[in-house]
Amino acid sequence: MNRVLSTALAEFRIAFRNRWISIATGMMVLFALVLAFAGAAPTGDVSVDRLSVTVASLTSLAVYLVPLLALLMSFDAVAGEVERGSLPLLLTYPVSRPQILLGKLLAHLAILALAVTLGYGAAALVAVWSDPAAIAGIESLWRLIWTSILLGATFLGAGYALSALARRPSGAAGFAIALWLLAVVLYDLALLALIVSDGGGELTTQILPIALMANPADAFRVFNLSASQTVAVAGGIGGAADAIPLWQSAASLLGWPLVALGLASATFRKVTP
Amino acid sequence: MTSTLTLSRLTRRFDAVEALRDVSLSLEAGQRVALLGHNGAGKSTLMKIVLGLIPADDGSISVCGAAPGSAAARAQVAYLPENVAFHPALTGEEQLAHYLALRGDSAKKAMGFLERVGLGHAAKRRIDSYSKGMRQRVGLAQTLIGQPRLLVLDEPTSGLDPVSRRDFYDLLDGLAAEGTAILLSSHVLTEVEARTDNILILSKGSLVAEGTLTDLRARAALPVNFVIRPAPGRLQALQSAFPDAVAGADGLLRLYCHQSEKLFNMRRTAALGADVADFDVLPPSLEDVYSHFSRRDGQ
Repeated sequence: MNRVLSTALAEFRIAFRNRWISIATGMMVLFALVLAFAGAAPTGDVSVDRLSVTVASLTSLAVYLVPLLALLMSFDAVAGEVERGSLPLLLTYPVSRPQILLGKLLAHLAILALAVTLGYGAAALVAVWSDPAAIAGIESLWRLIWTSILLGATFLGAGYALSALARRPSGAAGFAIALWLLAVVLYDLALLALIVSDGGGELTTQILPIALMANPADAFRVFNLSASQTVAVAGGIGGAADAIPLWQSAASLLGWPLVALGLASATFRKVTP
Repeated sequence: MTSTLTLSRLTRRFDAVEALRDVSLSLEAGQRVALLGHNGAGKSTLMKIVLGLIPADDGSISVCGAAPGSAAARAQVAYLPENVAFHPALTGEEQLAHYLALRGDSAKKAMGFLERVGLGHAAKRRIDSYSKGMRQRVGLAQTLIGQPRLLVLDEPTSGLDPVSRRDFYDLLDGLAAEGTAILLSSHVLTEVEARTDNILILSKGSLVAEGTLTDLRARAALPVNFVIRPAPGRLQALQSAFPDAVAGADGLLRLYCHQSEKLFNMRRTAALGADVADFDVLPPSLEDVYSHFSRRDGQ
């Protein structure tokens, strides 16, 4: 355990000196505040509290930003060690490869947790400050924080796997951007195209729930929207959230980090220094 | 007593190329062994197999009684890679504290290890501000953690100035005296000559020679070089006395002879009396011995 913690401490220091902590936190706070002020308008139209509405907007933001931050922090994890030439020495130490990954994961998760907590927290402060009754939505805020960390863990794991697969930071960065585009942007566009072309027919009702659960980013969005009953304020793909039982999106959210980290561990095992 | 390291008929191929072929050797506790060979002779491959970083295709290997790369072996082996690298954003002290923790030791000892390699003053600075020699010393410091039973050092003195090299070999002598077996590769033959017990020469993946320098010299049977400086105006007289000798542009006579004729030629030179101003007998250097063995098999 000491080995994992020491690895995490070293990674945390590196991330701090490379300004990753300030970049991640600054980015989350900035975007969350913009949303908090911009999202003030629709409050009167819906029956939920102000904070829950803010959380619904933050969910749409987090779907894009959390995977991006996670991939940016993780793509260098293995490839960077290979390129610097520090990997062979590290692997002769009495520390296992899963322990090395776990240490990096702990540090990166801590940074992500810090960034989302401060970012969402700032938006929540704005909501509660303008309407004290909004404090009723604190539960959905808390839910958004821990699900963001789970979503982050999935994409951190995927980033490590791509890093080990590419073995060069430039290649790993390319893979990471490609994964982000595919999983977060193009996947939803494809689903939207499916809904539009099918016109709410059998294909949509059968395939769409499965397709949403198969993608960790969509599972994250569906879970947060249906759990806080704010589906009404969310547009697009999120509108399908009502059709999916909560336990399914929760299982997808919890299962994906394990799958991604398993993949990371398996690909890292294959790296020969 | 069991050996610290035993390799038996080790073979490793990369596609069609045999990087190592039938290499056998053993290292006892406290023994310092130098591994010599051209670039690409298989030194780094051999070391990586010993460390368990890559597997061998054939043959058997035992490291401190365990399989290479196993937890038991890794706990007792320290490594210094060629061109050692660390994360540039960490300070020397933080990097060493991390390595101490990975070996299950107290991170607080980092400063002591840095002082042992003369880096105490730079401990709080980031490694990206270090010179190559300083990074090499951080690399050396991390090999001292936890009293390893086997040290594997790939070109350990590259980037070190002469004084640091001497300090480094003094550190190694101390470790060897406490029972650590040391396997090191180097291109600087003169320091290997003075500071190791045994020499192994690898050529194209095969072990072509093994022994102490004296053994290897005797086996190579390279000629001894006589350099004779004639007294003023006596070059002609000496040339007729030594018809085999070659006169150089520097006015010196050079004579190559077999080891067994050395004393005979010395007596002959001495008998010439005042014709000879000075003479030196140069035994074959380690460079000569090394070229002899690595070329014999390589061509």
